[in-house]
Amino acid sequence: MWQWFFRLGSPKWFYEMSGKWLPWLFVLMTALLSVGIVWALLYVPQDYQQGDTIRIMYVHVPVASISLACFPLMAVAGIITLVWKMKLADMVAKCAAPIGAWFTAVALATGAIWGQPIWGTWWAWDARLTSMLIQFFLLIGVIALRSAIESTDAAAKACALLSIVGAINVPIIKYSVEWWNTLHQPASNFSMAEDSPMGPEIWVPLVIMIFAVYCFFVISLILSTRNEILERERRSQWVVDLIADERTN
Amino acid sequence: MFDNIQFASVGEFFQMGKYTFHVWSVYGLFAVFLFVNLFKPRMQRRQFIREQRQKALRDKQIAQQSVEQERADALGEGQ
Amino acid sequence: MKPHRRKKLTIIGFIATGLAVAIGLSLYALSNTIDLFFTPSQIAAGEVNNGQRIRIGGMVKEGSVVKSQESLHVEFITTDYSHDLQVRYDGILPDLFREGQGVVAEGMVNNGVFEASRVLAKHDENYMSVEVKAALDSAERARSMPVMATEGGQ
Repeated sequence: MWQWFFRLGSPKWFYEMSGKWLPWLFVLMTALLSVGIVWALLYVPQDYQQGDTIRIMYVHVPVASISLACFPLMAVAGIITLVWKMKLADMVAKCAAPIGAWFTAVALATGAIWGQPIWGTWWAWDARLTSMLIQFFLLIGVIALRSAIESTDAAAKACALLSIVGAINVPIIKYSVEWWNTLHQPASNFSMAEDSPMGPEIWVPLVIMIFAVYCFFVISLILSTRNEILERERRSQWVVDLIADERTN
Repeated sequence: MFDNIQFASVGEFFQMGKYTFHVWSVYGLFAVFLFVNLFKPRMQRRQFIREQRQKALRDKQIAQQSVEQERADALGEGQ
Repeated sequence: MKPHRRKKLTIIGFIATGLAVAIGLSLYALSNTIDLFFTPSQIAAGEVNNGQRIRIGGMVKEGSVVKSQESLHVEFITTDYSHDLQVRYDGILPDLFREGQGVVAEGMVNNGVFEASRVLAKHDENYMSVEVKAALDSAERARSMPVMATEGGQ
């Protein structure tokens, strides 16, 4: 029963499989992104209150919500690292941290650009914004911890623990807008009904953008994990052969 | 569907109401974000393979040199 | 699963739950200070001292905004539908400021009046196109019209 699990944990197997998935993911991402961006910029109606700044939502919301996936991913990878000592899990966790930091920073920046005209301020120390900033610093902390410890195994264990603890911040970010009063608005209730005020014309492009940005997250994670695999396995025969065969300038 | 574009002209589209800077800086940042995270790993991979090739070449040369050296030594001893 | 792995997993589980509970409890204890603002009801209940720098939040009451003609001075009432609070402010209002809209104001209470040094607009979670909003408004007007007509007739 556990066989598939350990096969998945083989870096060589992952490298070969992900090489097959990448082109498809790339096509899917490009298609979703082009449809989503054109729809958001050209066809989404202006909001009755915020006018054209509603178009900012189609970047901000996907990036922010996917940034929340990063810590749970790193925590699960951390548990696998600690319990089963699977090398691939630690490689994924290592590559996820900088990508997550990028996502969090872009979410904070796009939110600030939106808040400046709409709220009248680009920053407020409310629970949502502050917990998001904490996520950013936690990710920087994970990256710093990894680079501070020389031994790969010790670094893997320390980062796994920090990731598991840091994942507690995710439900805090998610529910901050309900638990406390904040400047940030709560999540919207979009409606399936064609004639509802917040109907499909507003949320369908948002769903497309969320899937597009998810594809982008997975692609960039796979790309840097593949590099990490080559780096750590550079002495094994299959990597030596691969480098010899590779056609690059 | 495709006839309800929200802007009457290209100029209006680039203007984005009174939020020119806000909308376009967000989309610009998004473009930079996509570009960096997709192309940086590619560059790193290329760099890594180049380094490994050079190292392999160097190792080969060193190995060859030592073989030649040994042969020369053997010849020297023979004379 | 091998026994020593199961043991490890249990230990991690314990540490994680312990930390979650600890953080949850301390956040619960801090929850008042994590709130960004006080509500008009809390002000009315006397939770805040005169002259203490705070933020308040509430809805701008319909028909309460009075703007000065020659300066940026503005007065309005914020409400949480059980208590009201008068706000005075000199400065530029954000784009979204209007009656019926949520606001957060920074400043201090002075003899029952809130002297704001900054006013922020709170955006709600509803998005609507200009046309849909106009259609909703006219439907609302149509519903209230017959009532006004009968009142006018009497």
